[in-house]
Amino acid sequence: MRDPLNSRIRQVEPSGIRKFFDVVTEMQDAISLGVGEPDFDTPWHIRDEGIYALERGRTFYTSNAGLPELKQEIARYLSRRFGLSYDPASEVLVTVGGSEAIDLALRVMLEEGDEVLIPQPSYVSYSPCTVMAGGVPVTIALREEDQFKLTPEALEAAITPKTKILVLPFPNNPTGAIMTREELLPIAECVIRHDLFVVSDEIYAELTYDHEHTSIASLDGMPERTVVINGFSKSHAMTGWRLGYTCGPQQIIAQMLKLHQFAIMCAPTNSQYAAVSALKNGDEDVQQMRDSYNQRRRFLMHAFEQMGIQCFEPFGAFYVFPSIQEFGMSSDCFATRLLEEERVAVVPGTAFGACGEGFVRISYAYSLDALKVALERFARFIERLRADGGNE
Amino acid sequence: MYLEKNSRVDLGELAVLLGSDEALIANEIADMEQEEIICGYHTMINWEKTSSEKVTALIEVRVTPQRGQGFDSIAERIYNYPEVQSVYLISGGFDLLVILEEKTLREISQFVSDRLSTLDSVLSTATHFILKKYKEHGTVMSRRSEDERMKVTP
Repeated sequence: MRDPLNSRIRQVEPSGIRKFFDVVTEMQDAISLGVGEPDFDTPWHIRDEGIYALERGRTFYTSNAGLPELKQEIARYLSRRFGLSYDPASEVLVTVGGSEAIDLALRVMLEEGDEVLIPQPSYVSYSPCTVMAGGVPVTIALREEDQFKLTPEALEAAITPKTKILVLPFPNNPTGAIMTREELLPIAECVIRHDLFVVSDEIYAELTYDHEHTSIASLDGMPERTVVINGFSKSHAMTGWRLGYTCGPQQIIAQMLKLHQFAIMCAPTNSQYAAVSALKNGDEDVQQMRDSYNQRRRFLMHAFEQMGIQCFEPFGAFYVFPSIQEFGMSSDCFATRLLEEERVAVVPGTAFGACGEGFVRISYAYSLDALKVALERFARFIERLRADGGNE
Repeated sequence: MYLEKNSRVDLGELAVLLGSDEALIANEIADMEQEEIICGYHTMINWEKTSSEKVTALIEVRVTPQRGQGFDSIAERIYNYPEVQSVYLISGGFDLLVILEEKTLREISQFVSDRLSTLDSVLSTATHFILKKYKEHGTVMSRRSEDERMKVTP
């Protein structure tokens, strides 16, 4: 029989998080700090709108690019929050989560052999989607001493004549790093000088603390070369509704729409109706969740300080990314032992790229009470490691 | 405000959560107690989970306001009874809402017939009993609590 498979899919490694997931799921008494989604329920007015849409029998396809009313609200929201200006009719596409949009953008923009710059540690899908689109992923290793920000020097050093796209994953999962306007300016300058395009994954844009999020698409000369990815999962605690969106130059969005039409038809209809309510009446919900995450973030930073664990202060998303290098073991080994010995699940930094070695991702999308219990166990674990280390 | 939901929080911990200073927070709370912005700290109890057979009554009261004193004087005569939990002046079809919590039926009927109805300015009363508490002080009384999320996700 002939090989049924495409040669590219063989190159794609299964998600590194997967094997860990299987172990944790088997352990009934494990406390997890490994979740990448909000702990809040979707605000009630949004759920109610979704239920209402079902009651009214709004169960048909919407137009491929999304409900006109929703696209209108997305354009208004991006303008009001981040100073971005998009035509709802031609520059906005409603997708099945931000992850669909990442895949679409790479597939419509890449030619065989084009290089895509992917700063890591970062979300797990950029590299596989690049490979499947015929591109070549080129990793830029972000460093803790730069607070896991992308520096213009690191960017410059990674650019070759084949480079076409820079993926910009900030606020960042798993590090919690953000990029301020001042830090984005030299990145934008470099992108323009080398005639690159940016896929800016801003799914955590609403979750920044003590700093306002800046979209690179709001900088001079950048709207025409940036595809912005965003969605409702993190900002409005709507992960299971599977709803995201992407905005960019009409020329690119039109082709993404074409792919979306053939592969997806349209994003879920009742999710789209619910999302209209999220954007019209949801600002206060977002604020409340942000305040709550910020309290937990401070709590965790304080706890690590007390434990003497080195951790740079993250100002975005809902993760901290402490260093475990002092224990002289791999992230994978640390996470496995923490799980086996204290029944606490964290995600090894290496799940987000090789340069995540020496770190673990800890999510604070948990109640304060849950965090306290988990941190007690975490502290007990590292005390034991330190004591053992001292005896040897 | 954080304290409204959790008055038992440790001040040091509250300082960490708010990114503030413990002494500063202690002073602010002391000030608010002084100014009677914070009037007390209570424990919220779900009596349905205890063996208590007592009930809570909401009593609508229509009264004649008194010259020069409005409703304040009659309200005071009612709230001075120690068994009265809350008294509110209400707009709409009646005037005062009087709440008695965790009393026996006999205690409530005695209060209404012997004390409340006999007051001069009380015109009429209507007593409602709470059958089930769904939500109190922002807290849903019977909420599922287990985490249904997948345990590890990217």
